[in-house]
Amino acid sequence: MIPISAAPSYDEPQPDPLARALAFVRRRLTGDYEVDEFGYDAEFTDKVMLELIRPLYHHWFRVETVELKNVPEEGGALIVANHSGTLPVDALMLQVALHDEAHRPLRLLGADLVYQLPVLSHLSRKTGHTLACPEDADRLLRKGELVGVFPEGFKGVGKPYSERYKLQRFGRGGFVASAIRAGVPIVPVAIVGAEEIYPKIGDLPFLARMLGVPYLPITPFFPLLGPLGLVPLPSKWMIEFGEPIRTDDYDPSAADDPMLVFNLTDHVREVVQQMLNELRLRRGHAFPPFL
Amino acid sequence: MTHTVLVTGVSRHIGARVASVLAADPDISRVIGVDTVPPPSLTREGGVSLGRTEFVRVDLRSPDIAQVIAAADIDTVVHMSLVSAPSRNTGRALMKEHNVIGAMQLLGACQRSATVRRVVVRSTTAVYGSSPRDPAVFTEDLESHDGPSHGYAKDAAEVEGYVRGFARRRPDVTVTLLRFANFMGPGVDSPLTRYFTQPVLPTVFGFDPRLQFVHEDDAVEVLRRAATEDHPGTFNVAGTGVLLLSQCVRRAGRLSMPLLSPAFRMLGNTARRVGLVDYSPEQLRLMSHGRAVDSTRLESELGWKPKFTTGAAFDDFLRSRGLRPFGGALR
Repeated sequence: MIPISAAPSYDEPQPDPLARALAFVRRRLTGDYEVDEFGYDAEFTDKVMLELIRPLYHHWFRVETVELKNVPEEGGALIVANHSGTLPVDALMLQVALHDEAHRPLRLLGADLVYQLPVLSHLSRKTGHTLACPEDADRLLRKGELVGVFPEGFKGVGKPYSERYKLQRFGRGGFVASAIRAGVPIVPVAIVGAEEIYPKIGDLPFLARMLGVPYLPITPFFPLLGPLGLVPLPSKWMIEFGEPIRTDDYDPSAADDPMLVFNLTDHVREVVQQMLNELRLRRGHAFPPFL
Repeated sequence: MTHTVLVTGVSRHIGARVASVLAADPDISRVIGVDTVPPPSLTREGGVSLGRTEFVRVDLRSPDIAQVIAAADIDTVVHMSLVSAPSRNTGRALMKEHNVIGAMQLLGACQRSATVRRVVVRSTTAVYGSSPRDPAVFTEDLESHDGPSHGYAKDAAEVEGYVRGFARRRPDVTVTLLRFANFMGPGVDSPLTRYFTQPVLPTVFGFDPRLQFVHEDDAVEVLRRAATEDHPGTFNVAGTGVLLLSQCVRRAGRLSMPLLSPAFRMLGNTARRVGLVDYSPEQLRLMSHGRAVDSTRLESELGWKPKFTTGAAFDDFLRSRGLRPFGGALR
């Protein structure tokens, strides 16, 4: 595990920014940096990937975090969030929020499709994420990492605009079993704002099947405006972190009790739905001050 | 107690080093080394002194090996002979015969023997395959989604099957199965070390696999311990940590040439046909999805950690070949 403090941004400010930049370039060019066993490159994530996303976070979506204190400062925990927006931009914003404001790297569990695609597969690993499977989840939680899941998966991120802020089915509850096995708290998270970035009003299932992707969306601007239609609408975002749900009262073997896992999964889902409803009211219009 | 140890594959670098370490052990009375080809001479590059090892030239695919085991009252067998790449002249069929039929003959002979007490078999982490649908880090109990389908990895998986069968039929024999990551070090000559010494390295566009190495010194030490102590079971052996292929390329000061995967495959096949590199289809998968394993079980069983991390093993290899990053010092 690479502590996030190993990333140079958390060092004492050094006098000469030029020397620091040169040292950075030199480290990168000579391969003199560390990645963890999952391929997470803390320096690359902080200095390159997140740096590219931060303007979007601060100025485009004006993301506001609520109740950040509910994120444990250290040790393993499982972040469970709603998934929306046609493209998984919410995953990136959640990562910036936790990295910059809670000072914890987020280790997301992604669909296997991500790891089959060129470019996306290695960027995903380098920024700390891995395949959604019980082995990887257990391993990360045992190492005391902050693991994130979107249990709705493609059903959530690809749902039509008319169903916005309605949580879809929460998979098979594998994430709950992993949390119980590791005895780590589950932190429910509601993300408001992602639903409006690409309002999906239609689908091209035939083309999607041909391209081997789960769906190919039609939005008011895509494919009508071509690449310009890929610019996300500047909705106002809020991310709320709910009170952690403890799992350390259960015996690790309780992870094999389907009834208990289903009930706990339902409970987490209800909590996230309720948080979503309240946070949506609190945010008000999606595109202030116009709409 | 006197020991007589049989080591197969002594004409290869690691096999020769294991034989010479065992030959230097005063508790071991005899070391018999076998291989299909005679060991390289010491003056030629890669020759390792075998010490007092007695060399017997045996084709593992023939039943002669049974006579060697019976004649010498062998109690420990270290099976190192696993060919990782088809040779240019003889091809894949012979490689498979050598790997699989050779292991079957050897294990068959061990099963008949009344004196064999310990069998150590070298395998490879390639048996886990490389797939986008498998966990990032393999422990010994995990099986890959779509197991190895060809080449070296498939041979190793089949050999492991025979080893498990042998262990079932002879529960009185201590069987150690060691799954090694890619060997790395000054004396190692493998498809991967030859790959890194090329001036321009073809890579698969859009993928940056995680690679893991085990230093030859650590590999020899693990094999020595397995041959002289009882450590039954299956163990992963790899240096701590991983290196990304892009990191290896930068540390070696080489240029990479990203190719779309069909082009990478075509280049590999062409290069193999003209005899430039040993390329096999499973290399495309490794070069796309990579692989990492967990060696915790080995470390707690032996109470010992490999001295070289994956990064240190690679740096030691670079040092021995005089490779350095652009504008960087020799590591």
